[in-house]
Amino acid sequence: MKTLTKLQLSIATVVLSFSVLASPSVQLDEAKTDITDTASLQNGAKLFMNYCSGCHAISFMRYNRIGTDLGLSDADIEENLMFASDKVGENITTAMPEKGASDWFGGTPPDLSLVSRSKGTDWIYSYLKGFYADESRVFGVNNHVLENASMPDVLWSLREGQSEEAFDNDVRDITNFLDYVGEPAKLVRIDLGKKVLFFLAILFVLSYLLKKEYWKDVKYGIWRKRD
Amino acid sequence: MSEQTIDLKKRRFLTQATSVVGAVGMGFVAWPFISSWKPSARARAAGAPVDVDISKLEEGQLVRVLWHKKPVWIFRRGTEANAALSSPELEALLADPNGSGNSKSQQPTYANNTHRTIEGNEDVAVIVGVCTHLGCSPTYRPEPGAADLGGESWKGGFYCPCHGSKFDLAGRVYAGVPAPTNLVIPPYHFVSDTLIRIGVGPAA
Amino acid sequence: MNNKQSWIDQRFPLTKVWNEHLAEYYTPRNFNFWYFFGSLAMLVLVIQLVTGIFLTMHFKPDSAQAFASVEYIMRDVEWGWLMRYLHSTGASAFFVVIYLHMYRGLLYGSYKAPRELIWILGMVLYIVLMAEAFMGYVLPWGQMSFWGAQVIISLFGSVPVIGPDLLTWILGDYAVGDPALNRFFSLHVVALPLILVVLVFLHIVALHAVGSNNPDGIEIKKNKDKDGIPKDGIPFHPYYVVKDIWVVVAFLMIFCAVVFFAPAMNGYFLENANFIEANPLKTPDHIAPLWYLTPFYSVLRAIPPMFGSQFPGVLGMGAALVILVALPWLDRSPVKSIRYRSAPFKWALGIFVISFIMLGWLGMQPVNELNAFLARLFTVLYFAFFILMPWYTSIGKTKPVPERTTE
Repeated sequence: MKTLTKLQLSIATVVLSFSVLASPSVQLDEAKTDITDTASLQNGAKLFMNYCSGCHAISFMRYNRIGTDLGLSDADIEENLMFASDKVGENITTAMPEKGASDWFGGTPPDLSLVSRSKGTDWIYSYLKGFYADESRVFGVNNHVLENASMPDVLWSLREGQSEEAFDNDVRDITNFLDYVGEPAKLVRIDLGKKVLFFLAILFVLSYLLKKEYWKDVKYGIWRKRD
Repeated sequence: MSEQTIDLKKRRFLTQATSVVGAVGMGFVAWPFISSWKPSARARAAGAPVDVDISKLEEGQLVRVLWHKKPVWIFRRGTEANAALSSPELEALLADPNGSGNSKSQQPTYANNTHRTIEGNEDVAVIVGVCTHLGCSPTYRPEPGAADLGGESWKGGFYCPCHGSKFDLAGRVYAGVPAPTNLVIPPYHFVSDTLIRIGVGPAA
Repeated sequence: MNNKQSWIDQRFPLTKVWNEHLAEYYTPRNFNFWYFFGSLAMLVLVIQLVTGIFLTMHFKPDSAQAFASVEYIMRDVEWGWLMRYLHSTGASAFFVVIYLHMYRGLLYGSYKAPRELIWILGMVLYIVLMAEAFMGYVLPWGQMSFWGAQVIISLFGSVPVIGPDLLTWILGDYAVGDPALNRFFSLHVVALPLILVVLVFLHIVALHAVGSNNPDGIEIKKNKDKDGIPKDGIPFHPYYVVKDIWVVVAFLMIFCAVVFFAPAMNGYFLENANFIEANPLKTPDHIAPLWYLTPFYSVLRAIPPMFGSQFPGVLGMGAALVILVALPWLDRSPVKSIRYRSAPFKWALGIFVISFIMLGWLGMQPVNELNAFLARLFTVLYFAFFILMPWYTSIGKTKPVPERTTE
């Protein structure tokens, strides 16, 4: 039976390795975001609220959650991240009216709460850096990652007046922030996972010793192999 | 091989050790599930403090707001009504006029006075409008001497239509009515002279 | 203690059941790795029931609120994210465990007489589980929830004559929408879990009626000692209880590693497209069911439309499922365990496993010429395992089966 399993596994592995050959249609830059970098997340939050929240909501996110997770007080949030007269416990919506948006942009700017989970951080990073001049488009720009995007290049002013590297870092911070917004629980689950596995490892050792002790009966004791 | 004797001590120890660690593990597992019943962020946001602008609140006027899903009354009593609160005739009719008996816990410590308000702000009352009997919301009956409420003996206050409980203009319960305690005073403070925030007490 | 016990025993067969099914239920001594998966399946069922109960406390089965309610659970409910990940990982874990559990049956001939009924009940459980998982995936109302439902349920529309009416009846509407979501919620949360629990109970009753098979494929009840106890049997309690506890911990380590470190499993357990709310006006580029349903999806796609109807594909998919039930009668070999089977059988089983895995992988890919050809090839090989079984289990040399277990 062992030989059969080995044979099956090796053939299956060879055949299944075909699946590795899948590649995305557009070449994406690596975002290399680090969700444990709180400074990056704070910068990303500020940049998002300043450059993006005019059109895009992240309505599954609450202001005070950002405060708790990123080490900012309610006052910090109210001063730096809130522009409407919202309360700090409320969801982060946008002032952009839906009807106006579809008239002006040809479509409603989507809610970005989950964009990092549906598109991924590499996509967001590459998209924000992917604008180029294109006279044939309404706003004079097009995008390498999303052809004929309806969105203008809102970060152009961020790009001017700083080095390409500094701009890349800002885009990375916005992407990092959106990654956090996509799943705030990510900040705690990895750490908690390590603790859970450590505890289970202890229980694993104990339960194994218990099993071995009882199974002595089966190997040498009252339940050993009998004629 | 000959039959081995069972090391009972080792077996008992291992069983107990594994059981204890296992039970601790079950506790760790149960905790998130039990915790999930706590108010969610959405409930806490809905229960956030409520701000009330009293710049246009006239004497005798009462406004109602919803805080923690309960009606809270904010009203301007006026100097006459304020003075009448400490009259011996009225206090004789009340079950616990100075809040030291059953009703001790019905107000925060900073409202432990005749007017049941923050010291220096006796004019404006903030009271949770839920009858302490079975939870109906009493009606506002500020006019003294109302015939259906006892005529001369009625000094103005609140009347609960469900079972007939009566409270004065500071929310103190009358003696001999179904309601057992004074109305609750919620935590509140003055953000400015004209803005009251309900849900948070004054800074210590 | 004894007084309390006898008070209960006079009114309820507690000690009797404890002895008959645990302390004096004799199980083969030679159970190996492949025998863990039955009790692990029960564990996963309990995980799904408990996490499901708590998720239902917050989920809103309304097409306008469902998607948002899942994000509410993920963000606003204390520990909601953990309960969600336990449930989504549990769904995939359930199928990993069940496929390995079924494979054990193929390895050791556990479906053969007198255990055919256990196998049939198991197959019914498998079909109900697939329905349960399918409906569960619709509930979050993401793009894949909606469009996966649209594709699979429209198969019912291909049934000749009654198809379109049947489709409307299932949906309670003219397309997948709120009525479908609501009834799937009811079936997923109440009806199917009840059916699953009852079927699991029956499955175990049927098992205990004949006793377990084992890796050597011999019947331990044929060799009893003077007290009537099978010589190769050991009481389930405490030996397999204590072994299963250890195995449960090992399983939980792997399970928790996934829950805490890779809950979406790169799109295999939680698909990317499902993080976009369902949009009836925009079809995703690529619709695929979750990995555990893809082998049968592959068979469906492999069979081309005939006479302008998709129905042959549907029939083929159904046949691929139902033919598993016939195993006890297709297998003509007197030998149960693969340890003593003939070479033709071992080759056939190997090819079957590869075909099943390849069909699963192909079901996740978009259709192109090469994939379509491979899907047809592996579909033929899949069915060949069953159709040719009466022949290849009658030929070839089997090894002599021992009288007693080899461990």
